[in-house]
Order: sequence, then C-alpha cells, then structure tokens
Amino acid sequence: MDEAIAAALLQDGLTTGAIYLLLAVGLLIAFSVTRVIFIPQGDLVSFAALTLAALIGRQVPGTLWLLDALCAAALAVGLFRRQWRALLAYGLAPAVLTAATVAAARFGAPALVGMALSVAIVTALGPLLYRFAYEPLGEASMLALLIASMALHFVLIGIGLYAFGAEGVSTPALTDTSFAVGSIDVSGQSLCVGGVSALLVGLLRWFFVRTLAGKALRAAASDRLGARLIGVDHMASGQAAFALASAAAAVSGILIAPITPLSYDTGFEIGLKGFVAAVIGGLASYPLAAAGALVVGVLESFSGFWASEYRNVIVFSLLVPVLVWLSLRSGGTEDRA
Amino acid sequence: MIRGGLIRWGLIRFAVALAGCAAMPFVLTEFQATLAGFVGIAAITALGLVMLTGISGQTSFGQATFVGLAAYATAVLARWHGWPPVAGLVPALAVAGGTAWLLGLVTSRISGHYLPLATIAWCASFFYLFGVLPGLGGYNGFGEIPALFPGVTRGQAAGLVGVALVGCYALCANLLESRTGRAMRALATSRIMAESLGIDTAGLARASFVLAAVLAGLAGWLFAHVQRYVSPSPFGLGASIEFVFMVVIGGAAHLGGAVVGAAIVVLLRDQLNELLPRLLGTAGNFETVAFSLCVILLLHYAPRGLFGALPRRVRLPSFAGAPALVRRQARPTGEVVLETAGLEKRFGGLVAARGISLSLRAGEILALIGPNGAGKSTTFNLISGALRPDAGRVRLLGRDLHGQGARLAAALGLARTFQHVKLLPEATVLDNVALGAHRRARAGMGRSMLRLDRAEERALLREAARQAARVGLGDVLAVPAGSLPLGRQRLVEIARALCLDPVALLLDEPAAGLRLQEKQALAELLRGLRAEGMAILLVEHDMDFVMGLADRVAVMDFGEMIAEGLPAAIQADRAVQEAYLGVAA
Repeated sequence: MDEAIAAALLQDGLTTGAIYLLLAVGLLIAFSVTRVIFIPQGDLVSFAALTLAALIGRQVPGTLWLLDALCAAALAVGLFRRQWRALLAYGLAPAVLTAATVAAARFGAPALVGMALSVAIVTALGPLLYRFAYEPLGEASMLALLIASMALHFVLIGIGLYAFGAEGVSTPALTDTSFAVGSIDVSGQSLCVGGVSALLVGLLRWFFVRTLAGKALRAAASDRLGARLIGVDHMASGQAAFALASAAAAVSGILIAPITPLSYDTGFEIGLKGFVAAVIGGLASYPLAAAGALVVGVLESFSGFWASEYRNVIVFSLLVPVLVWLSLRSGGTEDRA
Repeated sequence: MIRGGLIRWGLIRFAVALAGCAAMPFVLTEFQATLAGFVGIAAITALGLVMLTGISGQTSFGQATFVGLAAYATAVLARWHGWPPVAGLVPALAVAGGTAWLLGLVTSRISGHYLPLATIAWCASFFYLFGVLPGLGGYNGFGEIPALFPGVTRGQAAGLVGVALVGCYALCANLLESRTGRAMRALATSRIMAESLGIDTAGLARASFVLAAVLAGLAGWLFAHVQRYVSPSPFGLGASIEFVFMVVIGGAAHLGGAVVGAAIVVLLRDQLNELLPRLLGTAGNFETVAFSLCVILLLHYAPRGLFGALPRRVRLPSFAGAPALVRRQARPTGEVVLETAGLEKRFGGLVAARGISLSLRAGEILALIGPNGAGKSTTFNLISGALRPDAGRVRLLGRDLHGQGARLAAALGLARTFQHVKLLPEATVLDNVALGAHRRARAGMGRSMLRLDRAEERALLREAARQAARVGLGDVLAVPAGSLPLGRQRLVEIARALCLDPVALLLDEPAAGLRLQEKQALAELLRGLRAEGMAILLVEHDMDFVMGLADRVAVMDFGEMIAEGLPAAIQADRAVQEAYLGVAA
C-alpha cells in the first residue's frame, strides 16, 4: 500500500466516520434523555435518502403518508383529551409540510428545497415514533425499551419496503469539485460531509450549553426525576431528544446517499455502526463516541481494502472488547433495579 | 401419599405429551406436520432463551448464532464428510456450547445493559462470518443435507422434533424446581444478594448461558436435517430478535411461554404470509410488521406475556419426612467468631469508614448505631464482604476474609440481611427462604435436570419451612414474597439468613417497618438465637429495640468509632450524646 492509497482510504474512512459521528451523537442524546437505544435510527437514514430520491424523481414520498398517518393519530388522541394545541402541532404543521412536499413533487424543486423537505419529514417522524412506541412504556426496564426498539425497526423496514420498494437509490453528489492537496485528491463531497457534520455537532453543543431548552434536556438526561420535579416536561424532553436524533439520521441519509446507494434496509447497517461508536463512548461520553465514530469509519475503510469480506466482522467484533472494558471500569457486577 | 401422586401425575403428563408429539406425523397432513416441526425447533431455542432471559435475567439477542453454529457444523459433516446425521449431534452441540462457553468467559464480565449490546455485536459478526468463511457456500448457503434418517420426510421428522421438545421442556422444568433453578432466579434479582448466599454468580451466569446455547444447538442440528438447507439468513440478528419476540409474546418467565410464543410466531407468520399481501395487494414482509406491532402493543399492555397474564396456582412441594440437614458445629459461648482490625473505606475523597475494630463473640448481640451517614452501612458491607476494604482486615473463625468477597464469607458461616430488602418477589416465601440453604446441598444442573436431587431437595425445603416457621412466617409459605408487607419481608430475609446455618448473623435494620408486636417477637427470636450460641451484629435505628436487646453497643460518627460498651454506659456517654444531639447535653 502506498501513500496515495492510504490517504484515499483515510479520507474515505473519515468521511463515513463523520456520518457515523452524527448518528452516534443522535443516539447518545436519545439514550441519555429517555434510556432508549434508538436502533431504528438507521432506518430513518434510509428513509431520508429514499424520500429525497423520490422527490428528485417527481414522486410523492411514502414517508409523507406515514408522517400524516401518525399525525392524524396524535391529533385524534389530542382532541380526545381536549388538548387544543394538538391542532397546531399535529394538524396545521403537517398540512403545510404535506402541501409543500406534494407541490415540490408535482412541479419540481431545487435540490436544496428537496433536501430541506426530506430532513423535515424524517425529523418529524422521530418524536411521533417516541410518542407511540416508547412513551407509553414509561418506566419500563431498559430491556423492554430495547425490545421495543427492535420491533420498531422491523415495522419501519416493512413500511420502507412497502413505500419505496426494494430498489437501491443514489442521489446526485452535492458537489463535483475536487482539488489536490499535495499528491492527494480531496473531493468536495468529503469536505461537505465533514463540514456539515462538524457544523451540526457545533450547533448541538451551542444548543445544549447556551439555550434554556438545551439545558432542560441536559437536566432531564442527568436526573429524570429531579428534572420532572423542577417542572421539565418529561414527555416534551423525550420528544425533543428524538427529534434531534432523527434529524441527525435524516442529515446523515442525505449526506451518505451520494456516496453509497441506499435501499430500504441498508440504513440499518449504517445505524448499527453509529451505535458501535456510541457504545465506544460508553453511551455517555460525546467526545469518546466521536473518536469512536472516526475509528470505526477508518477501520472499516482500511479493512475493506485488506479483507473486504471481513469488514463487518471486524467492525462489530470491535464492540466486544470495548464492552468488557466498559464493564470492568464500571465495577463488575451491578444490580439491576 | 401426596408426593407419589404428584410424581405420578407429572409422569403421566410427560408420557401423554410424548405420545402426542410422536403421533403428530400420523394424525396431521404432511404440510401441517412440517409446520409443527418448525414450531418445535423454534420452541427449543426459545426454551433456552427463557432459561437465560426470563429466569436468570441475562438478555441475549444472539441465540440464532448458536442455532447457526450447530446447523453449519452438522451440515458440513454430513454433506461434505459423509457423517451420518445422528453422529453430527454431538459435534453440533459441542460447537454451540463450546462457543457459548468461550463467549461466556468474556460476557460474564459484561454487566447491566452492556450484555444485550454485546450479544447484538457478536450476532452481527457471526452472520457475516457465516457468509464469508470458505466452504460454507457464501450468503447463498448450501443444500442437499441428508435427512435425519434415510427416507424420512419433514413431516415425519416433526415427531422426533416433538419428542426432543418435550424432553427439553421436562429437563428445564426439573431444573427450575431445584436449588440451581432458585439460584438462577436469584441471579436475575440481585447478584449481590446471590453472592451473599454463597452462590457463584459468574459461574452460574456462564452455565445458564451454555445451557441456552446447547438448547439452541439442538434446535440447529434438527433444523439442518429437517430443512436440509443452510444459509446465513436464518441465523442473523433478525432471527435472534424473533426468538426474543417469541419469548416476550409467550411470557419470558415461563417455560410454557416459549412454546406458546414459538407456536404463535411460526403459525401466524405462515398464515399472514399469504393473507396480508392478498389483502394489501402488493408483496412485502407485512407479517413482520404485524408481529412487531403486536410486540410493541404487548410491551405496553401485557409486558409479562400471555403466560404471565394467566393466574398461577401455587402448589407447595411436599417435604414431609425428609431428613434434617447437617448442621455446623456450634461455637462455645464467648469465643470470638468475628473480628475486624483497622477497617477503612474511601469513596473518592470521602472517608466512609476508618479504623473500625470490632469483635463479635458467640452468644452475644452487638449493636452498631450512629446518626445518618455515620458509616454504619459501609462498615456492614465491609464485614459481609460486599465491599472491599482499602485497609484493615476481617477475620471469621480465624480465617482472613480480606477482599475475598461475600461468597467466601457465606461459606464460612456469615449470613446477612439487606437494608433494602432483596427478595425474589414472585417466588414463594418457601422458595425465598430455601435460597439460603443453597450451600448446604450439592446437586448441580445435570442431577437436578434428571430429578436425581429429590431427597436432597426435600431436606432443603424442610429446613426452609422450619426456619420460616421459626421467624413466624409458617402461615405464608406459599405466598409470593413480594406480596407481604415490608416488615414481614424483612423476616423472610432473616429466615433466609438462618437457612445458611451461620455462626455469625449480620442484620441491617431488621426492625424497620415492623409493628410493636412483631418487634417483640423479633427480639424474642434474637434472644433465642443468642442462647444457642449465635453471634449477632445488629445495625439499627430503633433505640428502644437496641437498648433492650444488645449486650454491647458500638457507636459510629463521621466514619469512626466514637464509643463502645454496655448499653447503659453508652446512653450516658457525652460523645455519643453530642453525636446525636449536636451539642453537649
């Protein structure tokens, strides 16, 4: 292996690593606030890419109808409980989004508008999934939440297959430019991915450190009961966390679709790698998870070069020693409550 | 004879189930029997998962891996090396069980919610391994695997599958009614509690892990020779999760749940497979969506599964006429049985206990008191081995316990209760108390599964009933421990501790939550034990209770011992009064 190949592999690895990083951060936010390991996040990655591809192909994406159905259900529940705010959140907002998306599909829209719509649709799915799949479980064990995640994952890939078919899609690159740094070609797409990922992580940091909503979320994450006692609405914080996680998934899907073709079930594998990174961070540490994401990306890219068939074996096996280390660090046997 | 009746009734049920399964191929059509066979194969794996998840509290999202390992092992031997399928059984079980044992070496160190994540990781790894390892036919797999016996159809094989399922079910049911079964349940509730009763939790966790893998291996062996085709996809993460679904639907804590769950998932999938696409007009894996929605709804409305929702009838096993267990030799009154010297424990910068030197003699009650946060519980945990001291040592009957953990302490005759009661809430009072006698019997998994442990088991239960009656719980032996009021739950813990036949008894706030009459009864019980030569250490807040009962009182404040002596002297001690009242009185 010469330097140029190594540099190219490194660049590839860091690019996919940046995407895993976004996913890992999303998983961590959702986990710390709600204790849910949001396995279906990977399916939302597929949903975002497939939604964008549908819009580019002048079709109304199936995810929109899924969103509308969930909103209708939430609206019905809200009205039944006489919560009139539901009219705005679950009635008006999805109606506007639906109109905009249908219009974009009918008349065509610039690439950026299509991306924005895709991200909006998939982001909105997150809180609704939380609302219906997880929230009623309340204080159930983490295991029950994990099983619910698995079940939800199956539901979503089933819906994905129904709505989009089994075909893989690939969307046009964000940019075709590339330029040379020394002897290395740096592609504009890679820079875009890295830049967007860094920007979003920076934004999230600002949100959590500077804004009241972010601080409330952090409070909910560090002490659920305490946060409730001082008036942080736990359901709202759970939904907000899921909105952030699914937004991360949606952006990841948009970013990765020009690099790797995605079909209804391939997002799951990408999500699992973000999950590996999140676990490397002990499901708690953002910097460690970020480092883990880049390591996973680079490891995947290099092992793809040397032993491409064993790529996934290597990445997933990485988890076991990490978990052992985490357990030993946390002090061996701990009791389940 | 009730006992004989029970055994005969169990045998009759077993024989009927066996005959029913064996008759399946003759009664059902080939198609129905084939389907029943696949239900049986799935149910065997699910049985293992119930033992692992529902009973011993370790979740695995990787059971399909073991099914796959066994299936590939026997398929390769039969197809490429000419082994007869029956000869492939042992290697198949060995590969599944051996891999589980190796993984268990690592995963038994993994705690809490990291364990299910690790199982996800290796299940994903093995799926890709099956697909890429040379000689396994890649992701397409390979077929033409010989049938179980020459000329046997899938439907006919279902009879054999059924017999295997009934056999496994009976073995697991026997195991659940034994000391090992109780210990596995304790594992799920609290490892600290289990260790304090002398149970080797890491070893038991590994053993149940291997047991579940061997059951999965049996299913894999059957699968390979019934389906006669192997490929990675039935052994991937999706398949593993489906086993978890079966168990959730049927009821994770019940063996019957495994069978019912497997039947529901396999049969309904078969039906929905045809029905849903016809209803919806397109192809797609709707049956998976339907199942998954069902699982989410079940988690919301019936988290204990179908079997968990059924009312349970409790039948106390009979132990009449069982021989008494061998007792430890009582220590002569006045002999020092437990001694600590310079015990110290820090949590970060906080010194929770320092320079704790105590001695406890046979036939005396020593009370450890002090204001909140004085370090009593820390000291208690240091002595009982639940915490590892940073300095100092604990000697029990002259043996150094330093850093050896609670299990050794229990084996040497130290029994304890917990401030926050740690019981198996669903198990009967009798079963909870019998847990304490775990170390006083031998039978392991194998003997228990074959019911060779019955004499010993009856002796254990008799001892448990005796100790329960002694603390005043004789009227509630068959009641689930979790349904008792908190005060009486503490008594269950005391009876459990007495079942260890200890020389030293450590009680953490035993009188909390008791009514006055119950307190008097407890004091009476402790006096009786003292008269028999038991050494008793008591951490307690109730001063009336302590002062009327203890022979000596030790007082802690801010992690240090500030006074020790007779109750009357302690009540007059200025330092003690300052500690409690804040100023010199």
